[in-house]
Amino acid sequence: MPTEAAELVFDEATKVYPGREGAAVDHLSLTVPAGEICVPVGPSGGGKTTALKLVNRLISLTSGDIRIDGTSILQHDLVELRRSIGYVIQQVGLFPHMTIEANIGTVPKLLGRQRSWIKTRSAELLDLVGLDPSYAKRYPAQLSGGERQRVGLARALAANPALMLMDEPFGAIDPIVRARLQDEFLRLQHELRKTVVFVTHDVDEAIKVGDRIAILREGGRLAQYDTPQRILEHPVDDFVADFVGRDRALKALSLRTLRELELKPVHENGLPRVPVGTNLREALAVLIAERCDALLVVGDDGSALGVVRREDLLG
Amino acid sequence: MTGFRLADGGGPVIPNFGQPSACLKHNGWFCTDWMSNHWGDTLQPALVQHIELTLIAVGIGFAIAFLLALVGFRWRLFDAPLGGLTDFLYAIPSLALFQLLVPLTGLTVTTVEIGLTSYTLFILYRNILAGLRSVPGEVLESARGMGFTRLQTFVRVELPLAAPAILAGIRIATVATISIATVAAFLIQYGLGAPIFDAIETPDLFKTELLASGGLAILLALSADGLLAVAQRALTPWSRLR
Repeated sequence: MPTEAAELVFDEATKVYPGREGAAVDHLSLTVPAGEICVPVGPSGGGKTTALKLVNRLISLTSGDIRIDGTSILQHDLVELRRSIGYVIQQVGLFPHMTIEANIGTVPKLLGRQRSWIKTRSAELLDLVGLDPSYAKRYPAQLSGGERQRVGLARALAANPALMLMDEPFGAIDPIVRARLQDEFLRLQHELRKTVVFVTHDVDEAIKVGDRIAILREGGRLAQYDTPQRILEHPVDDFVADFVGRDRALKALSLRTLRELELKPVHENGLPRVPVGTNLREALAVLIAERCDALLVVGDDGSALGVVRREDLLG
Repeated sequence: MTGFRLADGGGPVIPNFGQPSACLKHNGWFCTDWMSNHWGDTLQPALVQHIELTLIAVGIGFAIAFLLALVGFRWRLFDAPLGGLTDFLYAIPSLALFQLLVPLTGLTVTTVEIGLTSYTLFILYRNILAGLRSVPGEVLESARGMGFTRLQTFVRVELPLAAPAILAGIRIATVATISIATVAAFLIQYGLGAPIFDAIETPDLFKTELLASGGLAILLALSADGLLAVAQRALTPWSRLR
C-alpha cells in the first residue's frame, strides 16, 4: 500500500523558550523533497531534536511555519497530525505491557483498524524489518536493543506514513549492530521512499544515511544544507569544515564505490581481491594494509572485473 | 453469635450435643468434635462475615484511594497533603478510632468499616501513585508522538503500567485488613474476632476455639495473599520479564 511521500518545508521556523537566552531553532528554512532523507546534524545545543519535534508539534513553534505537502502543520488536528507521521526515538519507547504485535499495531488501532488487519500488517512489518514472525507474541523485555529498535521502526511504519521523524534512532546501539541497522534502513528506504528527517550527532552516520545533510550550529542556525558530497568537498565555512572533520576527504571517498571507477585490464597476478561494491575509502584502506599499488576488483560472482590503481582511487 | 455458653467452674458445656468429649473436658489444644459441631453455627458464619468486612473495606478504600491518587497525580501540589492525610489516618490506633466513631455511627458494622477503610487508604494511595509515576518518560513520549490523547495515554499506557504496583498495594491492604478486622469484635460480635474474643474471655482460655478461629484468620490472610499473587501474575504477564 504505497502512500506518496510528502514534501516537508521549514519556513523561517523558530523556537524560543521563554526565559532562556537566544533561540533553540532560529529562522530555519529548508525543503526536504518528497522521498528523501534529510539529516539534521550538529553539536549539542544545535537544536536538531527541537527542529524535529517542531514537525509533529511535540514542541510548538514560536514563529514561522512548517508545511507538509503545502499544508501548515498548524492547520492539522494535533492528534491526527501525529498519527499520520512515523515517529522513532532513541530509547524506542515500546510499550512494555504490550506484545510486539500490539506495539506495532498501535497507530492502526488508534485509527480504528480491525484486529485481523493489524495481525496481518504486523507480520508483514516484522518480515520487512528482518525479525522472525514468532516475535509477534513476545514482549519488549524479551528482545535485545537492536531488535527493539527494529520493532520501533516497524511500529512507526505501521500506518504507512508519508513522513517519518527519527530522533537518533540508532544512537543507543553498539557500533556493529548500528552499522547493520543503517544498511537495512537504507535498503528499506530504497523500497519505501518515505520522506525522512533523521537526527543524529554522528557525522559518519549523517554522511552514510543522508540524501541531504543540514548542519546546525549552536543557537539553532543552519550552517549548510547540502548533499553529503558537496558538504565534504565544499564546506561553506570553518565551522562546517571543522564539524565534518579534517578527514573529510577520506569521508568523501566513502560515498563512492569501485563500481563508479573505470577499471584497467588485468596484467599482474597476486593482487589483493576486493568486491566491486566496496567503497573507495575501504579500498584505500586495503591498499595501505597490503602495501601495494593496485587491487583486483571482483564482481558479485567472484569473477575478475579489472584492476584499480592508487591514483585512480585518489583521482 | 457464639455456639456455647460458659458453665460454672469448668470448660464450656455444649448444649444439645450430648456428653462433651474428654478433650473438651480438659480444655485440650484442638478438639475436633467441637470443630465439627460448631463449624456451622460459629466458625463458618464468622468467616463469611470476616470476608465481607475485608471485601467492603478494600473495595471502598480502593475507590477512594484511586480518586485521591488521580488528584495527586494530576496536581502534584495536592500530593503531600493527601499523602499526609492517609498517613495520619493510618497512625490512629484502631481501638481509639473505633471509640471515636461510636458516638457518630454507633456499635455497628458501619463503624468498623469506616475504620478498616481508612486504614487501607495509606497503602493504596501510595501504591497507586507510585505505579502511575513509574511509567518511563520515553514510553510517554512515544505515546504522545504517535497521537494518543491524554485520556488514551492514561487508560492504555499509564494505568496498565501502574497495574503491578496497584495490585501489590491491594494485596498488602487485603492481608492487613484481614488482620486488623479481628479487632472489630471489640465493638460488635462480627467476623473472626468474635470467637477469638469469646475464647479469650473464657476463664481458663478456651484453647480449641482460639486456635480454630485464629487459625482461620491466618488461613484466610494467606489464601487471599496467594490468590492475589496469582491474579497479579495472570493480569500482568509482562511484569515478570523485566
